[in-house]
Amino acid sequence: MKKLLGNFYMFVESLSMAISNIMQNRMRSFLTILGIMIGVTAVIALITTISGVSSSISDSFTSMGAGSMSVSATGTELVAGLSGENMDEIAELDHVTGVTPSVSMSLKVAYGRSSETSIRGTGTNEYYFVNDPEALLNGRAITPIDIDDMARVCLVGPEVLEEFFYGIDPVGETIYLNGIAFTVIGTLSDSSDDSVASMLGGSTQILMPYTTALKMNSTTLVNSITVYLDSAESSETVSASLENYLDVLFNFEDDTYTITTMDSIADVMDSMLSMMSALLAGIASIALLVGGIGIMNMMLTSVTERTVEIGLKKAIGAEPGQIQIQFLIESFLLSMIGGVIGVILGLVVSAALCSVMDITFVISYGAIALGVGFSAAVGIIFGWSPARKASKLSPIDALRRM
Amino acid sequence: MFNLRRNKAAQPAHPHEELFFRMRKIVKQYQLGEEAMTVLKDIDLDIAEGEYLSVLGPSGSGKSTLMNIIGCLDLPTSGEYILRGNVVGDLDEKELSHIRCKEVGFIFQNSQMLKKMDAMKNVELPLLYAGVRPKERQRRAEEMLVKVGLQDRLHHMPNQLSGGQQQRVAIARALVTRPSILLADEPTGALDQTTGKQIMQLFRELNEDGNTIIMITHDVNIAKNARRVVNIIDGVLTEAEGEVTFA
Repeated sequence: MKKLLGNFYMFVESLSMAISNIMQNRMRSFLTILGIMIGVTAVIALITTISGVSSSISDSFTSMGAGSMSVSATGTELVAGLSGENMDEIAELDHVTGVTPSVSMSLKVAYGRSSETSIRGTGTNEYYFVNDPEALLNGRAITPIDIDDMARVCLVGPEVLEEFFYGIDPVGETIYLNGIAFTVIGTLSDSSDDSVASMLGGSTQILMPYTTALKMNSTTLVNSITVYLDSAESSETVSASLENYLDVLFNFEDDTYTITTMDSIADVMDSMLSMMSALLAGIASIALLVGGIGIMNMMLTSVTERTVEIGLKKAIGAEPGQIQIQFLIESFLLSMIGGVIGVILGLVVSAALCSVMDITFVISYGAIALGVGFSAAVGIIFGWSPARKASKLSPIDALRRM
Repeated sequence: MFNLRRNKAAQPAHPHEELFFRMRKIVKQYQLGEEAMTVLKDIDLDIAEGEYLSVLGPSGSGKSTLMNIIGCLDLPTSGEYILRGNVVGDLDEKELSHIRCKEVGFIFQNSQMLKKMDAMKNVELPLLYAGVRPKERQRRAEEMLVKVGLQDRLHHMPNQLSGGQQQRVAIARALVTRPSILLADEPTGALDQTTGKQIMQLFRELNEDGNTIIMITHDVNIAKNARRVVNIIDGVLTEAEGEVTFA
């Protein structure tokens, strides 16, 4: 008990000695902890920002619903895609609630005297609006009659609206798409195209019946459809029956189609992000390593400088362990100061990054624990050998230098 | 009195228990490349409690090596050394530090104060290593500083103290653990004559109070302050001729 108490007094005294030593060499201490500081800042900033990015991505996937899958069918030479009947048949499969084709094209849009090229247009069917009723802002949606008639009607998105119809109601107006006159029947809301789609490519600004779009592209078959499911759980069943159907359609040839579920996209995103964070964590740990070496260097210098002090302390009765603890506390403290400053800086940097990237900033306690733990470990690991050296110092050699 | 019974000396029937200070056939060799250099040659030395001894010798005579061994900073190559019942030759590094802490009070020639600490902290330090409570530490440190005449310099930093005052702090620090022996290496070496005389006066007083003092010096005039003088030349220890009286 008495021994324990003695150790405690020793510890308190060592702590105050370490603080006064650090304070007496302020500039050198600061430069030494800089490495640790930068390392921890990097770790915290990266982890927090990446977890923010990944949570916002997974949020948008959930909002979109995992209950859909996209099918890209290039087909064979004989059957180079999907026809309207094929899509109807797919829509009849179990657990499938509907199918929307997606026929993409780049359009030159002209209205009145103004025109604009490279606007993304998409051909789709009436189910697009059944699935996402909020997509329609004004006017009417595409109907099956429009599709049968290959009607030259279209809906315009917010960018086109702002570009061509500022202050004008576009419904009923005639615009020219690649030189062909179309009647605008409605407008699309901003949310009609969700954030993931806009991240993967530009958002659609012109929506028209897919039959019209096919005709403009001079084809008859659809190469890309989205299949909507009754629930996310049926994803596997549906993809199996879809595969069956497409295998038969494309004569069991290889590489004729791919089915991508939203889950698999999310998985790919996730693994990309975790790969990125592993890579960045590697870089950050190199910074920590360098910081640790800096601390070791300073501690070794300090031991050499304080040879006389160490010798004197040993002569008046300090145990080797007591000397070792004193130096270990000093390197631990140095490293921890760097770590704590690094955590604070890291949080500030990641808060700034998150606000720039428009991501919700979430404090990751795991990252803070990691940063603090890392710097503590660095302090002890890299302080160990200098402290050991100090404790092993022969008092005779030390005192001879007086 | 401060009587430590631990480690090898812990058994009550131990033959060395009652011995205060005994050296028998102490040899110290250093290995210089191929050759072994013998610095101390068969040194026999007995000291009684309360003695005031000077070890007088020129530089290179082996007196510093002898001091290191007496102070348990170094171990002899062979021979027997017993300090207050502790057989020093058998001890490891940690046990040696305990002996240094409790049995030996060191006074060095110069730089003996730790620069970053005031007088009180310097004197408290050995008690810290001995695991003494903070209040008790302060009480004993203050008592010692008063004893060496520094009652109004308790919280001065080393650079605010004169050489003589620094030496007094070192003496207070050496005495604060109530050691068996006070070991002084050229205690006046860095001081002017007047201050040196004052320190010698203090040593005499401390000895009269019952402290055992061993002083290492190359100066005959300083050595004469002790009640008993031994000469060391080329590693051989001889008792000085005749009784040396106080100057």
